[in-house]
Amino acid sequence: MSRQPYVRPVSKTTWYMRNGRYKRYMLREVTCLLVGLYCFLAIWGLAALAAGAENWNAFLKAQQLPGMAGVHAVMLVYFLVYMTFDWFKLAPKAMPVQMGEKKLPDRYIVIAHYVAWAIVSLFVFWLAGVI
Amino acid sequence: MSMRQMELEVMRYDPEQDEQPRFQKYSVPCVDDWAILDALNYVKENIDTTLAYRWSCHMMVCGSCGMMVNGEPSLTCKTFIRDLPDHVRIEPLANFPIERDLVVVLDDVMEKLRMAKPFIIRKDPPPEDQEFIQSRAALYKFKQYTMCVNCMCCYAACPQYALDSSFIGPAVLALAHRYNIDSRDQGKSERLNLLADHDGVWECSFVGACSEVCPKSVDPAAAVQQMKIDGAKEWWKQKLGGAKS
Repeated sequence: MSRQPYVRPVSKTTWYMRNGRYKRYMLREVTCLLVGLYCFLAIWGLAALAAGAENWNAFLKAQQLPGMAGVHAVMLVYFLVYMTFDWFKLAPKAMPVQMGEKKLPDRYIVIAHYVAWAIVSLFVFWLAGVI
Repeated sequence: MSMRQMELEVMRYDPEQDEQPRFQKYSVPCVDDWAILDALNYVKENIDTTLAYRWSCHMMVCGSCGMMVNGEPSLTCKTFIRDLPDHVRIEPLANFPIERDLVVVLDDVMEKLRMAKPFIIRKDPPPEDQEFIQSRAALYKFKQYTMCVNCMCCYAACPQYALDSSFIGPAVLALAHRYNIDSRDQGKSERLNLLADHDGVWECSFVGACSEVCPKSVDPAAAVQQMKIDGAKEWWKQKLGGAKS
């Protein structure tokens, strides 16, 4: 009897449509586009700042347009909250803590990340004069 | 005991006759506490003796009855009829070539398993007439990884392995990690080249599906992420001229 193993084809472009797990993964990964967009905004802002007060004020004004505010809101909620939620959930896998014979429950590691995030955020707000 | 008539839609492939796999339906009178494996055994014994599939222990130990059940990589001996709808689609494990019907070719993973050196390596001689003493705390560090039964459900769930089978993959990496963190082992540096190589841990983009489907609750995704940290530390050590661990 001859062996002729059959190899099932896998689509290089639509593989992530196979199940919910892969779709959620892609939603997380696609946030990199928003990171890129924010980098672009930061460079635009820096260039405007370097070009003088008039340009800087025009940049600030552009950010306050209703459409732009919407874009910022979507980026903040999707990129910051979704990405953060997903990565913090995964943190205990990469950094398990074992104390003697017992493993520290994952939720403590996740909570520690949220606490650290809140402290850093408060510091940044304080630095920016918001609080 | 209650009975249910189930329709099993089973992927068939006869390398001597078929150009590609096809599906065949079987109507099976199932007892509610049967597992899918029992239903397949019923087909084999009463309906179609030509159906080919692997199984051995029927108790989640041998790891040979892994298949796709309604698209999910599963050990068919622990996938119960009572938890499934009346129509069930059974396919061979995804991401592996099909040898025949529900039997897949596992040669690739077996070769990778050998390369990962999944055994204790000692540089110092073992203690004479003594056992290697290991504390319970040291055992619990890696114990979950010893539960792997090589069913390969994690490979069937891994999209990275699906797209590029040169990736070493979840079960082998988890097993290598199991020995790397075993307090009796001194072979971490011997496994490093393979694991930190292009096809090793860095190919994993942390989808996490491997851990979600594991029927033995092993967490290969965690092992891979921890190995990435180890690999990065080792790289810095070497860059800064430190000794290999």
